[in-house]
Amino acid sequence: MSAPKTLYDKIWDAHVAHEADDGTCLLYIDRHLVHEVTSPQAFEGLRLAGRTVRAPEKTIAVPDHNVPTTLDRANAETMTEDSRIQVEALDTNAKEFGLHYYPVSDVRQGIVHIVGPEQGWTLPGMTVVCGDSHTATHGAFGALAHGIGTSEVEHVLATQTLIQKKSKNMKVEITGSLRPGVTAKDITMCVIGETGTAGGTGYVIEYCGQAIRELSMEGRMTVCNMAIEGGARAGLIAPDETTFEYCKGRPHAPKGAQWEMAVEAWKELYTDEGAHFDKIITIKGEDIAPSVTWGTSPEDVLPITATVPSPEDFQGGKVDAVRRALDYMGLEPGMKLSDVEIDTVFIGSCTNGRIEDLRAAAEVLKGKKVKDGMRAMVVPGSGLVRAQAEEEGLAQIFIDAGFEWRMAGCSMCLAMNPDQLSEGERCASTSNRNFEGRQGYKGRTHLLSPAMAAAAAVTGKLTDIRDLV
Amino acid sequence: MEKFKTVSGVAAPMPLVNIDTDMIIPKQFLKTIKRTGLGANLFDEMRFNRDGTEVEDFVLNKPAYRDAEILVAGDNFGCGSSREHAPWALGDFGIKVVISTSFADIFYNNCFKNGILPVVLPKEAVDVLMEDAERGSNARITVDLENQTVSATDGTEFKFEVDEFKKHCLLNGLDDIGLTLQKAASIDSFEAGYSAQAPWV
Repeated sequence: MSAPKTLYDKIWDAHVAHEADDGTCLLYIDRHLVHEVTSPQAFEGLRLAGRTVRAPEKTIAVPDHNVPTTLDRANAETMTEDSRIQVEALDTNAKEFGLHYYPVSDVRQGIVHIVGPEQGWTLPGMTVVCGDSHTATHGAFGALAHGIGTSEVEHVLATQTLIQKKSKNMKVEITGSLRPGVTAKDITMCVIGETGTAGGTGYVIEYCGQAIRELSMEGRMTVCNMAIEGGARAGLIAPDETTFEYCKGRPHAPKGAQWEMAVEAWKELYTDEGAHFDKIITIKGEDIAPSVTWGTSPEDVLPITATVPSPEDFQGGKVDAVRRALDYMGLEPGMKLSDVEIDTVFIGSCTNGRIEDLRAAAEVLKGKKVKDGMRAMVVPGSGLVRAQAEEEGLAQIFIDAGFEWRMAGCSMCLAMNPDQLSEGERCASTSNRNFEGRQGYKGRTHLLSPAMAAAAAVTGKLTDIRDLV
Repeated sequence: MEKFKTVSGVAAPMPLVNIDTDMIIPKQFLKTIKRTGLGANLFDEMRFNRDGTEVEDFVLNKPAYRDAEILVAGDNFGCGSSREHAPWALGDFGIKVVISTSFADIFYNNCFKNGILPVVLPKEAVDVLMEDAERGSNARITVDLENQTVSATDGTEFKFEVDEFKKHCLLNGLDDIGLTLQKAASIDSFEAGYSAQAPWV
């Protein structure tokens, strides 16, 4: 019998197209997702070298970063000149190279990491890459998925492979069940709080344990999405009935006999008993609290019941980093996080822009109003999420509460389109990064779950969701 | 890509930990369809005031560091977004080497594709080099990729590790797409076997 393998080992081994003597591999790529910001230089590189796209049928493109989310966005004038040029470049490249394409006018358009799974492009056991660090999202299906740079985008376009060396294996186990009010977002933020933003560097993380098994696919995508915030190249969750159920019937999932064949193969995608992990972290599900970030790194995270820490609570280079972060965030050590007043709420992004996220937020907002003077917006992750939310009556709940109901895109997660914070504005955001300037110049970001964001919209400050329901 | 040669020069100290790619090149400069010209906006929000004037005490604005070719940085440099615009901006500014205790994976890989060498050294070594860097133009650091050494101003040598294949490509300025295409037969035969086994892919 061969040595026991981790889930990562199995997917890796199944995709090595060539291995050199020094262990450098050509890893075959099953799905290549493309968006407008990190691809134009790659397509230009192909043209200059007289090369073409090796597997256009495995390449899926959608504009998401730059696109406006206002209802009038069909009007090209809603975009700045440089954004328009970038989106038009993707239009042209998708057409010229024959890629699968979802233009802004298509109801299926949305954030690339939401569109991929929704359309059944992402399936268990696959290798998935995209010129975007949040490609880790697709690991929720038991697919090896990670972000790449533009040079690597060009490499995959030309060869359908990536030059890679194998990463190490890390296991993150969340035992038991989550307490009420605690979500997948809190799990993933809690793990980063534990490991730090560099704790996963050089690793692929497999998330497992009862609390992970009990998550929906939407929740699992939220967990894997932020693996990169812990430094890990990719996050993985072994596929199970929940996964198969989600994939079944999606437009690009296999059908009939091929579906049966695929499911049989997917059932082998688990970590063997006794397989080796280089690092193991175990967290009790019941110990995880609704969480919120206070600083300018995703590792600056605490339960909502905590107080703002002091630079002296840290060591080494982090002391100065925390001093800088508190200054940037306008917070004082010792202040209760639940006393922090906010003026903006953003619900959306590839972390929390799926239907389940909108349901969780709408549940909190039902019959309530956004506090006077606040700006609150919901940006569904795709046109189809938006349509479903309208059908389920969620959109009306948001609108009645005083939220702006927007079109799909990345929006204020990275503020490349007009959805931005102004200097000094403070936002409760369901996105993934609280870096300086991320949501707008000198904007201040507090990361949290959709339910917590909705609660903050009602009270005007960071709020423990457990006090509100 | 240009061949990487030994770099000897002034190093700029950036001891802050977790310098992310949003800091290195903020998103408003990603709306380009070119690889060039991003050096003007390297570290934009730390380097310039809103009116376009320079932030006086930012390291790369100080006379001693305006032509720095080396950065000595705090832990976990280049974390966050995968944007290759970060090494494009560094390279365009003239930075050829970044030294730190650790780098984020994607940024680390992106550097090699653009003729920039990221050097990982233990904390004690980075501390020595950071001190050197803080002495401005009075101190020079030498980075020799061929021999995998960094020499501090007093001549102390620190050995660093680098992947053989990455080193080979950087030293020879090789285009790795060209190298991979030489293995097209392996990819073809893998693809044939694989699609028989997993036809739904």
